Parts: sequence; structure tokens; C-alpha cells
Amino acid sequence: MEEIKKVILLGSGALKIGEAGEFDYSGSQALKALKEEGIYTVLINPNIATIQTSEGIADKVYFLPVTPDFVEEVIAKERPQGILLAFGGQTALNCGVKLYRGGVLEKYNVRVLGTPVQAIIDTEDREKFVEKLDQINVRTIKSQAVTTVADAKAVASELGYPIIIRAAYTLGGLGSGFCDNEQELDALASKAFTYSPQILVEKSLKGWKEVEYEVVRDRFDNCITVCNMENFDPLGIHTGESIVVAPSQTLTNSEYHKLRRLAIDIIRHIGIVGECNVQYALDPNSEDYRVIEVNARLSRSSALASKATGYPLAFVAAKLGLGYGLHELKNSVTKSTTACFEPALDYIVCKIPRWDLGKFKGVSRELGSSMKSVGEVMSIGRNFEEALQKGLRMIEQGMHGFVANKELAVEDVDQALSHPTDKRIFIIANALRKGYTVDRIYALTRIDRWFLEKLHGIIELEKQLEGYDGLETLPDSMLLEAKQKGFSDFQLARTLSKVRKGDMEDEVSRVREWRKARGILPVVKQIDTLAAEYPAMTNYLYLTYNGTAHDVDFPRDGQSVVVLGSGAYRIGSSVEFDWCSVNAVEAIRRTGLKAIMINYNPETVSTDYDMCDRLYFDELTLERVLDITDLEAPRGVIVSVGGQTPNNLAMRLDAHSVPILGTSASDVDRAEDRHKFSSMCDELGVDQPRWRELTSLEDIYAFADEVGFPLLIRPSYVLSGAAMNVVSNKQELEHFLTLATSVSKQYPVVVTEFIENAKEIEIDAVAKGGEVIAYAISEHVEFAGVHSGDATMVFPPQKMYVETMRRIKRISREVARGLHISGPFNMQLMAKNNEIKVIECNLRASRSFPFVSKVLKVNFIDLATRVMLGLPAEPPSKSAFDLDYVGIKAPQFSFSRLQKADPVLGVEMASTGEVGCIGEDFHEAILKAMLSVGYTIPAKNILLSTGDSRSKTDMLSAAQSLQRAGYNIFATRGTAEFLALSGVEATVLHWPDSPEKPNTLDYIKERRIDLVVNIPKNLTPGELSNDYSIRRGAIDFNIPLITNARLASAFIEAFCRIRRDKITIKSWNEY
Amino acid sequence: MEKKRSILTLEDGSRFEGFSFGAATSAGGEVVFNTAMTGYPESLTDPSYRGQILVLTYPLVGNYGVPPMEVDGGLPKFFESDAIHIRALVVSDYSFRHSHWNAVKSLDEWLRENNVPGVYGVDTRLITKTIRERGVMLGAVTLDGEAAPPLEDPNRRNLVAEVSCTKTEIYGNGKHRIALVDCGCKYNIIRCLVARDATVVRVPWDYDFTQLDYDGVMISNGPGDPQMCAATIANIRKAIALGKPIFGICLGNQLLSLAAGAATYKLKYGHRSHNQPVLTVGTDRAVITSQNHGYAVDTTSLEAGWEPLFVNLNDGTNEGIRHSSKPFFSAQFHPEASSGPVDTEYLFDEFIKNIEQWKR
Repeated sequence: MEEIKKVILLGSGALKIGEAGEFDYSGSQALKALKEEGIYTVLINPNIATIQTSEGIADKVYFLPVTPDFVEEVIAKERPQGILLAFGGQTALNCGVKLYRGGVLEKYNVRVLGTPVQAIIDTEDREKFVEKLDQINVRTIKSQAVTTVADAKAVASELGYPIIIRAAYTLGGLGSGFCDNEQELDALASKAFTYSPQILVEKSLKGWKEVEYEVVRDRFDNCITVCNMENFDPLGIHTGESIVVAPSQTLTNSEYHKLRRLAIDIIRHIGIVGECNVQYALDPNSEDYRVIEVNARLSRSSALASKATGYPLAFVAAKLGLGYGLHELKNSVTKSTTACFEPALDYIVCKIPRWDLGKFKGVSRELGSSMKSVGEVMSIGRNFEEALQKGLRMIEQGMHGFVANKELAVEDVDQALSHPTDKRIFIIANALRKGYTVDRIYALTRIDRWFLEKLHGIIELEKQLEGYDGLETLPDSMLLEAKQKGFSDFQLARTLSKVRKGDMEDEVSRVREWRKARGILPVVKQIDTLAAEYPAMTNYLYLTYNGTAHDVDFPRDGQSVVVLGSGAYRIGSSVEFDWCSVNAVEAIRRTGLKAIMINYNPETVSTDYDMCDRLYFDELTLERVLDITDLEAPRGVIVSVGGQTPNNLAMRLDAHSVPILGTSASDVDRAEDRHKFSSMCDELGVDQPRWRELTSLEDIYAFADEVGFPLLIRPSYVLSGAAMNVVSNKQELEHFLTLATSVSKQYPVVVTEFIENAKEIEIDAVAKGGEVIAYAISEHVEFAGVHSGDATMVFPPQKMYVETMRRIKRISREVARGLHISGPFNMQLMAKNNEIKVIECNLRASRSFPFVSKVLKVNFIDLATRVMLGLPAEPPSKSAFDLDYVGIKAPQFSFSRLQKADPVLGVEMASTGEVGCIGEDFHEAILKAMLSVGYTIPAKNILLSTGDSRSKTDMLSAAQSLQRAGYNIFATRGTAEFLALSGVEATVLHWPDSPEKPNTLDYIKERRIDLVVNIPKNLTPGELSNDYSIRRGAIDFNIPLITNARLASAFIEAFCRIRRDKITIKSWNEY
Repeated sequence: MEKKRSILTLEDGSRFEGFSFGAATSAGGEVVFNTAMTGYPESLTDPSYRGQILVLTYPLVGNYGVPPMEVDGGLPKFFESDAIHIRALVVSDYSFRHSHWNAVKSLDEWLRENNVPGVYGVDTRLITKTIRERGVMLGAVTLDGEAAPPLEDPNRRNLVAEVSCTKTEIYGNGKHRIALVDCGCKYNIIRCLVARDATVVRVPWDYDFTQLDYDGVMISNGPGDPQMCAATIANIRKAIALGKPIFGICLGNQLLSLAAGAATYKLKYGHRSHNQPVLTVGTDRAVITSQNHGYAVDTTSLEAGWEPLFVNLNDGTNEGIRHSSKPFFSAQFHPEASSGPVDTEYLFDEFIKNIEQWKR
């Protein structure tokens, strides 16, 4: 066997629904494991915001698409001996299988480390999978693979409805679903065939328990199961959509070990070397079971299992891939015992998905067999109630736990229980409060009664608490019991003080002081993998009220710094803030201070306990952060690297005398509060669009009459879509105003005039004592109006006047001085006719910090952290003008997972992830970036439907380029006529609602189009629904779609100018 | 429901105040912890826990209730003996409402029926750390208002005699006749043997089984100090001389080792869990095992011909021995599992293979 000296690891690309931050964690762990062995590592991953693509993790990083063609070119250039396919999700696995089948791995003599490709194929191809498990008499769901809709119908009628269909080789259940009858099957099957040539028709086992095991095997055939997990929601709801607990709670020893034994039999028979996940359906009335699926790779569940147990699955899997045996590796928590063991937990973890379905137009909120959630949280407690209530706060959707929330208006509770949505858990609370029995809820939900009984207990306790008229009469024992059952001080304040109408913030503080005076305090416990059986020096911690002693000491020596992480990934806040958090932690540690991390997102690297000196895997609520700062007495807290969640705590922590490092809390407030910020800009003479603070609808309409539409609306203290809404008419204005005010009651809404066709510019910067010491100016490809998170960003800017740049610099200097900024900040600006106006300013790191830091090769977070710690921070010696290459950050959308959602961009941020690529020039960079987010260079047929006359004009030159390049252009009538005037020939395709042929929709369904460009005229409902079916059709039939004229032009010009084989294959350090 | 206080005290003076469930009574014993996350019906009826107050480190207990007392092949189907053997149960969070298709009662009811007290609402992790640091201690569960029960060391009693059967019993009707020396045998050992075409002749711990007509001898698990079982050790020596296959489990490993010249000693806090990694000596084969023992074998004085078979990967303690030429071997862990992982059930096959070879 040839010695392994160089290994390529495939990443998972941009974050998308079903494939998110967990693979940054897995990949980073694997790279760490290889590095420890002295192996030279090469990483291919265009996701520039990840930790794994940071300096010092892999030896070489390629920001290139994880597709067979690009990977082959990298292999040809790097000539590695080995490749790792199991750490980059389904993207890496699929790419690996294609490389194997295409003979690429053989050609370059690259060995797949860990699980052999054949074993992967055996688990991915459902038919082979069933056959394989049949060989060892393991039961699988009765299913048949079919290749036509007619066959699907025949099988379904044989099995009897309800049935489920699944598409082979897809991510997180894409193209899967339940069908109760033939009509439903017809619709779903046709769609599934667009994703995969093969679909599976299976008998539905709705209502069975869903249980998963994480299994590890080494080349000596030693096997362990690291963790099992039980879904709160029964089968029928995708595991990514379900609340999950670990370990299982309702399984007897016999059930637990029967399924464990089977998992081991399966992993052996398939021949996995490394890690895999086995999912079961378990009959709730017997020990009958079915294997649902096996994932022969690290998965979302394995990341969760790693965090739930403290067992570093990815790290161990990588070592096993190199040939180690489990017994030869050490338990990385105890450092003394072996890695060949199964963690014993002495706590329960609860995973809760985070949805953002409100951000998408037209999407169904019902949960089913395909995944829609965009993130997740993991909460830790010593009973279920504590873990669940913590978790419900962690998802940050305005809820305070299971109870004491704003009452949901539910029209039909029975219907809501039996047709679960993202609000399911709160519907159960609602039902219990209404007097529904556990049995009735069970009948409607099939959630095991054990869980329901626990939930019922929380409601009972709440009712008892409501019997007291205040803290003074509440017995300490009951206060303690409430805290043990996960009640926050806020929940207690709300439950106990219903009669009073005091300020809630004061009431909550009063509860805190009251219980502290009574010694009712949480204790800090360790996650040590062995339930305290062996001493462990672990720094992996959580807080609980179900205990009487701390596991650790608190030095309280002023040598520690707390970094608040970003919480759940969601639209608008994801891996980029994890990168910022981790880099802040690293910067702190480099100075010799101790870094304490607080975060609760299991998909992150920041919650990897070996990244920091202490990890509190716990809530980012004021209450919990204060609990921790009370214990640790840190030098200070950094709130500016974890996105909006920690930033929102700045003022309140400051009010409790917690030292905030960097820019002062009052200055943060001056930036966050639009009124204060705008006033300051006026004082500084910095121009902004006309704005007004609003309290009533009439005022708004009056203002709208004055400045005209479109308008920009934003409430204070909200990140992402709801923070910056562009409305083009009165109707939209009303819609978003209701949305905005329901998010933020305490602050008035600011309405601003919106300038059309303006260039949008961002500046990411670091200031020290009000002086800017580093900055990066980027421009958007799209005009202002596309949410900055959905925009395509260019750095350094390629089409900006020097004068504009100079003025932006001057503005940012003035703002930095005005706000006395010490630390990171970001400003968004508009430029039109060389007039520059400030849109907003955040005194925290922004989502583009990792992108500009990596393109410029200056770590802005490191610099900002040094500033915040009061240490010398030298301005970087180079500037963007020195760069002879271009970086492009492009958004990744997940519309294909969000059935019926309109894939149009605008007022709400809709992207779930992003990539950042580097090219020799703008065209090459944008081509790489677009290919990285799933676009393909079209083969021949392009459909243009280019909206209003301005977009039509914008697109003209691109259309001419297409014609020159020999593409066949199809267009809707108006567009075709417009093009004809300029001599561009286009075949007319009729609108979907027209009976005439040839029809756009037919062409899309028959997949005769390779790229769809559809530009909505404006955002009015009429316009949007008009060509909705074209856009949705493109998504549903997996045809690349662009809805912005400027982006479409940029992409088209790029692929018309640069041939695929001329794209340079250069690693990050070669630029 | 009125909550009644109950307190666990340890001989070093530590006190852990919680609430009572199960029988409203007090009890003393040796306090041990188990880190398993499932299997309380099996553990509580495991005779090896005789005289002990069991602390479960997994905090949520009672979730799936207690199964019915169904009898199958002369044995209760879901339990490891006919009675609860622990003196008291200590948990963090007791589930008063259970849920499982096979449950007929709650853990609370079951403990009441057996007059065994339970305590919940204590910091079981703190108790575990206390025991880990200071070693296994005596202790008592005292119901609020009652006098503390006396601290007595169960290991001074012959616990094996207390849990062993008093007369010979026969199970199954297979071709291999196995003498099972019942030192506090878990019923799953019998089930595992019967399932492999054996007739199991279960005899009391001090019964001279060498008088029987048997094909192999199985020395069971059991509670307490192995040195108390002089009679069994003497019988094992005779069996060694006879040369027919021998298989010892847990206490059976200690007794076989003592018979083979090794010594035994008390571990600081024992191994009681489902996740103990064990390596087959001289190989790369590692397995996860279920364990429940407070004593261990020191193999340094093993007589010639004997050698360690298994070793614990965490602390290097002995996990089994074998004879280099004769069909004798033993395991410190529980290949019959119940509760715990079933990865080592293959040892029963090895035993049967030894018997088949012996017969040839």
C-alpha cells in the first residue's frame, strides 16, 4: 500500500437546506486529524465563510465548485494519494461516486480513504440497499424502484396507500413525499423524476417511532454505536424537521440493544470504515422495525451526536480512514481512556429545528418528509422539560419556552395537531391549556405519550404558578421546581405578575434578584462522555438547575474573555458569524487570555470544545449570559462577532454592569436605533435617503405621498429581511409594516425613500478609538433593492469611481468617529450619480467579514479583537488596490426544497448560504461563483423573459452575446419583439396561462431549456403571479434560474467570454 | 401528590436530600453507581446488586414503566431473577407517568410491591463523583422522620448464599448438558444456553456439580466478595482436573481465577455500565461490554497454563482468563448482556463449540 502523504478533502459548498454548517464542523475535524498525522491536506470548497477554508486548517484551499470536472482538474494538478468523500455531505459523496464511476480516481491512482465507494453506492441506490440488507435478514421498508410514473402507480396500488416516494441520490429527502391517492402520486412522481432517474415507492409507516444510531467501524471490524437518538415527532416528518432527543427516552433495553445490534450488523455487512448513520422506524406497539436508510458518511445527525456526547465522530472517522483501529485512539475528552467506547450521557439533549418559512412567499408551512428548516439548536438539561424549554428559547422565534408565550390564534386545534407545521410544539401547548387530554393529542399526533405527559406537566406547573399573585407568596420549593423544569425568569415574571402592568424588563430583573437572594442558582456541569465514571478535564459545560454542585472552579482572575456566538443558523445569519466567533476566540487565546465561548448551535465549529478554553453550550439569553458572567467574572464580553443575537444584548448587559469590550453599548444603541443614527448622520453632514420615524399608518401614507414609492422600511434591532424591506406600493407597505411592528414593539419604525437603480456598496471595517484602521469596500452586482444577503458582491470593486471610493472612506471615517467605534463595523451605502447615501450601519462584524478577510488576506476579526482587548493593532500594510485578482461572493438559494415558494428576490432575504470565489478578473470570478452555487454553463437553449423596458435594455447586450456565441434564444412575446428590434432572433414561447403552443411551461417540463432568465417587472402581486409558474417550473424541474437582469447579464457575459476549460485552477495561496 | 422527603447519606457524612418514591421506607447498603442509560427492570433484578443501593447516573428513569411477569421456559421473560435485589434506588428525575406498550405498572408501583425505597431529585452526578473520588461507601436512604438504618457492609455476609437457588432445577431439553453453578445467576445466561441446544442443570453455589453427568460447566455471576465462595472454588478445582469445558462469567471469572491460582481485590468503585471496552489479548479485536462488578482479578499469580484472555482498555484491569490448552475460559463482563450491549454473546457459541469438541 502506497504511503499516504497528500489527501484531498471535498467540502460541501454553500450552506443549503439539508446541508448546512455541520459539514464545516466535520471537515474541520477531519483536516485536524490528518494534520496531526503530518499529512498534506488539500481542501476543495467554495464556501469562503467556513472555518475549514481558513488559514492553518488545510494546507491548500481551492475555492472551486465541488463538481467532478473541477475536482478532476485539482487532482491532476495536486496528485494526491488519497481522497476523503465522507466529510462534505451529499455534495461530496455524489461527486466522489461520479469520480469513481468516471474512472478519475483510478486514472490518477487516488485511494478513497475510509468507506469504499462500492459501499456508498450500496447504501445510496435503494434497490441495492434493500437487496444488501435482505442478505442478512434485516427488514427494510417494502419498496420498489421504478423509472416511470406508470410503474410507480402500479406499485402503489399493490402496496396500498398511503405510500411514500423518494428520489434516489438526493439531499435530505429532496423530491420525496407522502401520497394518499393516485392524483397526489402523479404530481409528486413527475417532479421526483426531474431530480433522479429512479424513484422508490414504499409503504408508509406514518406514526411509527423514528430512531437513529451513529455507528463507527474500523478496519479490524471493531464497531461501536456512539449515540442513539429518538425523534419526538413520529415517522412522516423528516428527521431534519423533527425535535430530536438523545439518548432515546421511550425505548426499553431490549429495543435499544436490538436496534444497536442491527446497526452493527449492517455496518459490517456493508463494509463501512469510518462512520455511518442508521435510521429506523420502530413500531410503537411491538419490537417490529424497519431500516429507513443508512448514510455512509458524516451527516447532520453525526454532528449532532458529536455535540450531544462529546465524542468527536468526524475526527475519529478520519483517523479510521487512515487505518487506525478504534482501540488505538484515545478518548479526546478524558485523554486517558480509549476512543473505543460508547459514551454514557448523564443529561438529555434536545435538538429543535429553526424554520424561516415566513421569509418565503407562497411556501407551505406544513411539515412532511422533506426538509425545510434552515438551522437547529441543541439544548442540554437534566430532564426533558428543562432541555425543551431551553431549546424553545434558543430558536429565537419570539418564544420564551413552552409556556408564557403570546397566545397563538389557532382556528382548528384538531386540524393543527394532525397537520403539523413549524408551530407544532406551540399548538400542543395551546391544546393542553384548552384541556385536551394526552390521549387525545396522542391520537392526533402519534407523539409518544411519554413526551406529551412531560409537556402536560409543564402546563400543570404553569397553572399552579398562576395561582400565586407574586414572588412574595411563592414558596421557594416551587420557584426551584419551576427553574428545574426550565422556566426562565421571564416566564416566571409573566406567569406571576399578570395582574401588574409594570415594565417587563424590571419584573424579570426582580425575579432574578429574588431567586439569587434565596440561593436558587444554576450549577455548571461537564459533558465528559463517561457520566463522571472517570475524571475528565473537559471544558465542555452546560448549566442546569437539576444539581447542587458545580463541576468546575471559577478562577475569577480577570484573565478570561467571553465571546457570544451566533445561535441557530437562519436566513441572514449563518456560518460567517461562526467564522467570526472562532477567529475572535483564537485571537483572544493568542494573547494568553482565556476565551470562554457561549453558543448552542450543534452545526458549528465554535461549539467544538477544543476551540476555546471553556465552552458553555447554553442559551444566549440575558438571563443565562448573566448567570455565566456572575460565575466567571470575565474581563469582558465580546458581543460584536456573533451577528445580531449577541449584538442585541449589548445594552441590557451593560445595564447589568457587565463590561462590554469594544464599542460602548450606548454607541451600539446609537447605531441600532435608526432615529438616533439618522440624527447623528444629519449632525455629521453625512447624506442619507430621506427618512422619517413613524408611529401611525396615516403618517406613513403622508410620507409616501411626499417622497413616492418605492420605500425602505426598517424596524430597529432586527437582522435580515425584516430589517430592510423595500416596498413598491401601498399594499406591500401595509404588509411589511404589520410584519415589522410585530417583530419589534419597543422601537418605532423608520421609513426611508428608496432610490431606484442605485449601486449598492458595502464597507467592512475595523476602527480603533474612532479611527478606521482597516477597511474593505465591496460593490453589489445587483442594484440596491436586492437584500444585501442575496446580492452578488464584488471585492475589490471593479466598476466604481475613485471619487466614490474616496467619499465612502471619508463617510466611514466620520461615522467611526461619531460613534467612537472600537471594533468591527459594517456600513451599507447607495451611490447614484456620484451621490452617496448611507443606508445602515452595524457596529458588529457583518456576514461579509470572512469574505473580505480571505480575499484581502487580512484577518479583520483578529484585528478587531485586538482592538477590543485594548492591544496594539497595526493597520494592514496592503490595500485592495494591491490585489490583482477579484473575489465574488454569491448567494445560494434552496428554493427547490421549499415547495411552492416563489423564487424571486427582493424585500426579504431568501438565500440560505453563499460561496466566495477568486478569479483572474470579474468574469472568471463570477463564473466560478455561479458554478459553485449550482448553475451550469448552458448547453444551447436559453429562455429570456426580461420584465420591464429597463431590464430589457439591460439585458440586450447579453442577449447579443448569446446570439454571437451560437445559443438558441427562446423568449416570451414581449421580450422576443424587443430583441428583434435589435436584430436578436428569438423563438417565441407562449406564457404558461396561454393555451398556445409552443408554450414556456412545456419546454421547461420537457427540460428543453438550459437556463431561464425571468425578470419580474416589479413586486406587485399581479406581476409576480403572472410569471410565477415559469420561475417555479424552472426550480421544480431543476433548470438554472436567474431573476435579476444585472446578474443575468454578468453571468451570460462571463460564460460567453470564458470557455469552461479556460478557467484557471488556482489555490488560495497562489493568488 | 404530597412529596415526601428522603435522604441519601454516605459513610463519609455526605447528605443528598431528595424526595421519596417507591416504598415509603428506609434502607442501608453499599452505595454504587451505574452509568447505563437503559435497563432498570433488568438491573434491579440482577442478583449481583444484592445488598447495594444503586445510583443511576442517567437522570431520566422510569420512562417506559415495568413489563409484565410473564413466564417462558420456566423463567420470567423480562427479568433477570424473581425479585428486586437492590436495597434502594437513587435517581435524579423520576418519570411518574410512563409510556410503553409492554408496561403493566410503573417503576414506583413495582418498588412499592417489593418494599424497596427510591429517592429522586438528588444530584446523582455529584454522588457519582463523590464515590469515584473516595471509593465505594456504605450509605443509607432515610425517609424523612424515620431513624437512619444501621450501616452494615453487605460484603461481610455471604451474599452468594443469599441469592443462590436452594435446590437443583432443570431448564431446556437440548443435547448439551450444562451444569450451571448458581452464584446469583442472571436468567439470561440460562436463556442463552437453552437457545444453543442445551439442557441447563442449575445447582446451588456450593453444590458439588462434579458428581453430575455434565458436558460443560457454567459458573455464573453473583454478588459480593469472591473469597466468600470457598466451596465453589474447591468444586471448580475438581472440575479443572476433570477437564470438561468451563465457562465463567463475572463472579465466575473471579472464582475460576482463584481456582487457577490468581488473587482478587476490590476495585475502588467497580465497573457498572454498558460501555466498557475490552480487548482480546494479543489481537486488535475490541468489544463493548456490559459490566457489573466490584472486585477484579489480579492475574500475576495465575498458575502455569493460564493466561489473560481479555483486558479492559480503559484501566487495564483483567476481563477474563483462559487455559492455553484446555477448554476453560471466563469473562469478567456479561456476554448474556440484559441489560446492555449483546456484542459478546458469541462467547456462548465458543463454549458450546468447546463442548462439541470435548464430546468428540
